[in-house]
Amino acid sequence: MIPASFEYVVAHSLEETVGLLAKHGSDAKILSGGMSLIPAMKLRLAQPVFIVDVNGVSGLEYIREEHGELRIGAMTREAALERSSLVKHGYPILFETAKVIADPLVRNRATIGGNLAHADPANDHPATMLALGATVVAHGPHGDRLIPIDEFFPSFFASALEPDEVLTEIRIPAPSVRSGGAYIKFERKVGDYAIAAVAVNVTLDDHDTCIAARIGLTNVTDVPARATSAEASLVGHRITEQAIADASRLAAHESDPKSDLRGSAEYKRDLVRVLAGRAIGRAVSRARGGSH
Amino acid sequence: MTQTIPMTAAAIGGMGHSMKRKEDPRFLQGKGNYVEDVNLPGMLWMDIVRSPYAHAKIVSIDASKALAIPGVLAVITGKDLEAYNLHWMPTLMSDTQMVLPVDKVMYQAQEVAAVIATDRYIAADGAAAVDVEYEELPVVVDPFKALLPDAPVLRTDKPGKTDNHIFHWEVGDAAVTDKAFAEADVVVKQDIYIPRIHVASIETCGCVASFEKTEGKLTVWMTTQAPHAIRTVFALVAGHVGLSEEKIRIISPDIGGGFGGKVPVYPGYVIAVAATVLIGKPVKWIEDRMENLQADSFARDYHTTAELAATKDGKLTALRFKTLADHGYADAAANPSKFPAGLYHICTGSYDLQAAHVEVDGAYTNKPPGGVAYRCSFRVTEAVHTIERMVDIMAHQIGMDPAALRMKNFIEKEQFPYKSVLGWEYDSGDYHAALQKAMDIIGYDDLRREQLEKRARGEYMGIGISSFTEIVGAGPSKDFDILGIKMFDSAEIRVHPTGKAIARFGTKSQGQGHETTYAQIVAQELGIPMAHVQVEEGDTDTAPYGLGTYASRSTPTSGAAAAMAARKIRDKARKIAAYLMEVAEEDLEWEPGKFTVKGNPEAFKTIQEIAFAAYTNHPQGMEAGLEATHYYDPPNLTYPFGSYICVVDIDAGTGQVHVRRFVAVDDCGNIINPMIVDGQIHGGLSMGLAPALYEEISYDEAGNCLGGSFIDYLVPTAVETPNWETDKTITPSPHHPFGAKGVGESATVGAPPAIANAVVDALWHLGVRHIDIPMTPSKVWKVLRDHGVTGS
Amino acid sequence: MSMKTVNFTINGEAKSVQAESRQLLVHCIRETLGLTGTHVGCETSHCGACTIHLDGEPVKSCTMFAVQAEGKSLTTVEGLAIGGTLNPVQEGFWEEHGLQCGFCTPGMMMTATALLRTVNEPTETEIREAISGNLCRCTGYVNIVKAIQYAQRKMHATPAPEAVLQGGD
Repeated sequence: MIPASFEYVVAHSLEETVGLLAKHGSDAKILSGGMSLIPAMKLRLAQPVFIVDVNGVSGLEYIREEHGELRIGAMTREAALERSSLVKHGYPILFETAKVIADPLVRNRATIGGNLAHADPANDHPATMLALGATVVAHGPHGDRLIPIDEFFPSFFASALEPDEVLTEIRIPAPSVRSGGAYIKFERKVGDYAIAAVAVNVTLDDHDTCIAARIGLTNVTDVPARATSAEASLVGHRITEQAIADASRLAAHESDPKSDLRGSAEYKRDLVRVLAGRAIGRAVSRARGGSH
Repeated sequence: MTQTIPMTAAAIGGMGHSMKRKEDPRFLQGKGNYVEDVNLPGMLWMDIVRSPYAHAKIVSIDASKALAIPGVLAVITGKDLEAYNLHWMPTLMSDTQMVLPVDKVMYQAQEVAAVIATDRYIAADGAAAVDVEYEELPVVVDPFKALLPDAPVLRTDKPGKTDNHIFHWEVGDAAVTDKAFAEADVVVKQDIYIPRIHVASIETCGCVASFEKTEGKLTVWMTTQAPHAIRTVFALVAGHVGLSEEKIRIISPDIGGGFGGKVPVYPGYVIAVAATVLIGKPVKWIEDRMENLQADSFARDYHTTAELAATKDGKLTALRFKTLADHGYADAAANPSKFPAGLYHICTGSYDLQAAHVEVDGAYTNKPPGGVAYRCSFRVTEAVHTIERMVDIMAHQIGMDPAALRMKNFIEKEQFPYKSVLGWEYDSGDYHAALQKAMDIIGYDDLRREQLEKRARGEYMGIGISSFTEIVGAGPSKDFDILGIKMFDSAEIRVHPTGKAIARFGTKSQGQGHETTYAQIVAQELGIPMAHVQVEEGDTDTAPYGLGTYASRSTPTSGAAAAMAARKIRDKARKIAAYLMEVAEEDLEWEPGKFTVKGNPEAFKTIQEIAFAAYTNHPQGMEAGLEATHYYDPPNLTYPFGSYICVVDIDAGTGQVHVRRFVAVDDCGNIINPMIVDGQIHGGLSMGLAPALYEEISYDEAGNCLGGSFIDYLVPTAVETPNWETDKTITPSPHHPFGAKGVGESATVGAPPAIANAVVDALWHLGVRHIDIPMTPSKVWKVLRDHGVTGS
Repeated sequence: MSMKTVNFTINGEAKSVQAESRQLLVHCIRETLGLTGTHVGCETSHCGACTIHLDGEPVKSCTMFAVQAEGKSLTTVEGLAIGGTLNPVQEGFWEEHGLQCGFCTPGMMMTATALLRTVNEPTETEIREAISGNLCRCTGYVNIVKAIQYAQRKMHATPAPEAVLQGGD
């Protein structure tokens, strides 16, 4: 399979990137890891006229804690997240997300920014970022703009990025005391998109009462989405087995999967229930200081 | 010139030793020579325009935009080929299939036109620019519906054809079988579907076709498991346009996996040949993965209603299978010509059944043609899966342990050679020993105890057995031919003056390690170290004629031929040795590598000394040289067998089947290279796991291919694949020259029912009787929920 | 068609090639440079037959454009053996029968070589996960795992005599 012809330019700065995007409009496509874009181009499902390669923009690959946040440069490769001891020990949900994306070779190229900017509900980071309440930094002609993750996926396969904006950073609030997260993905085999996956982040008070909960769903909604009634059912309660079961059922109810080769809608909805239950259990265990 | 050469079998790399492979250094360094690596000066590229519809009339093909692209040299359509009467070609099953269509397409992804260009990128642009106008026709997807009276007739090209029925074939005594069923205490009946799958070798198919106009010689490097047969087919099909067999050279270079998928002649090969002949420049065609999965020959697709009868104490008495085979729009199965359902009538399996009746009907549908093996002998996997599932169902039905039921019904060791009720003569076997060994290794009784405990806790654990009998090594010329060419195979050995040898064969390795194992056979038979035996295959200009490598036939046929040719050489060597030592031939005795005078161990001539003499000092009146050719016509097939036991745990929440352990005990008779045999078993097991749990190609109502890329065609990775545990028993074949049987496919045949039986075993107490493969999480989840299980 | 000049090193050699923007890196390697050890098995980034090292990391060269290799250091299977001496991974694949048809083997070995460079003593599970982006149809993976374990032992043992290239025995 051979891509159609296009014009290629390497951008060396954010300003240059934004300028090229402004100039070429919807004809242009940003190439970061390329792990979604290039296969789509080979199948000629995507035929961009102009490719802006942002791999030449330096300073976009980093993972650091500052200002009470985990800040991740948009060009950070999934493999770097997997290898980061900060991520592994401080943000196990993010570690769990990165290590189940595609396969290890793809993860050496794929970037966290690309995974989010593609706005594919089948991608893994959106659900996790929704659970973590992340903020996305977009750079445009007028500088940086902060976009709460809850507003980042406005419609089917579309992000809140303007055509002349580029995603530069993801900011995740540092975990509060007694909080924990988990991402559980169920796939047909390594390299597949999720049949379903659930990301959960919970915070408990000293009496084990849940004071905050966010649940993100993968590949069971038209746009990456939270299971808000499931979240609500947890907040203000001690998280018992019954509470987990109730929240899981609500999450399943909130999902809206489509039947395909991965399984029937009925199956996927039940899978959301099962995975939500497991992910909530694991997140709570982490919040209580149990094993990660 | 003589040197001391150690003569033990181990030192020369003879039979039974795990010699490192001779072919590996080139593969390890990226120096393999696969078809895509072949580049010729002035070579052009071909890309193919394919149909988006499963059944449609071609209204028009407009190539003008494609031809306007600089570098696009030609667009070839069915009409172009029709001018040479090359738009249709015969299949191996005496049916016909299109090379390129003139009026209608019969399946999604069918070839519609070919673009020839100066490079592959331009060829792809050209293919995208060809405008084809279609008019959709009603699509027939379901083979059962295809046979209904009101179904649209697909093969309107066949004069007088009024339905979609291809063939009816039956074997066994229906009346005797009916009587046995009527008298049986217990009868179990089950519909079993074995879905369409694809071999998906990691190298796709392709060729480089090069026609030298001045000499009129066609050379084709192609991904073929059977180069000689291909040469003859090309000569027969294209003789009328001037291709003559002595001017056709097929070269099968290194092959990146075959598994049966590289036996057929695909339209792409023929179009590339037509293109090089028309244009006079070499043309390369390499299909991509989606073309490979969507258009190349499929395997399986058998719908069977199976019945098994037994006495109440578990003596199996009769079997009845009625099968509908979905062949797609043409019967292009790669079977021996007399066997429309292959060797499916091996379906009485490892059991001493006294009555059986099998019927198979073939149907046309709007799907790609095929019926290749997927790493098994012709339709044996379908047979074994069905009988092994039925035996398990029977065991559970009458409350007998599946191992005990098998032990009770196995053909006894003393019954071999055993004539099956459906006509096969099993050469040798010891089925009880293999199953017992597998049970001992896995700890069968402990597992059954664990299963009971788990069941009491609401956990789902299953143990599945498969005790299969394979039938490989086609085959004896009285029954086996392909388009009339008998299924012998060949070896030609030439021993050089310095005692080194070259050996050439009619087969073609695709990873099986022939360069090593054939050298080991020659080493064993002649005492020439295997390091000194150069093995070559795949070039029809140099290798002796043979039918190729598939259906586990290389060792049973060409391997046997190697031994027979070596023995002819040894006979001549004896004469030379007698002459050199001035003794009578009868006074000499052979041990690997030398002839010694009886009673005088100091008086001997090595094979190297004899070889030198064959060219320098041979007896007057004797032909010089030391070489022989043998075309081996096997007296019978070989019947490798084995017993596999699989343990699975099922996640009731997700429906996922986890293979916890898998023990495989195989018996392929005497072994040439244990390391390679283990490797063949490992690979076969993985290609048994794949269809059992992951792989399937299906079609929607409109005939759209589902599973036509590696996104949805789920070839297992190292993570999904368990750590196979293998062991062996050895029961030599009595008729093979060195007692070997084929082995490359045993595990593919034996593994799926072991896994399927384990899954059903885990769920039987819920009322589950059968699940069709692949047992995907969504399918298993549905079964669990339908039986009242809600997981968490 | 706009051609670009792309400069990179491959197997230690500096190269300057002309590439159309859309040319896939694997085609540049195979066709422009004639290094045909790197293979193509799919177009959806699933099979890993095209795996090479890009600045030391294993990546799928069918899912990169050649122009992206500008200024990079590439290694292909042809660069694994040095002076006719197999590297420990190649040796392991030979010793443990880690290959059959050989088509996936170059990619598999590139992944394995990179793994052993970054992880000293990978467990069997880690090895299986590391090669899960490389499909093999012939071997059932058991002997590939063993081959990588062989290489691991070899790399972390005292320097042993190198395997010398000779066929068979």
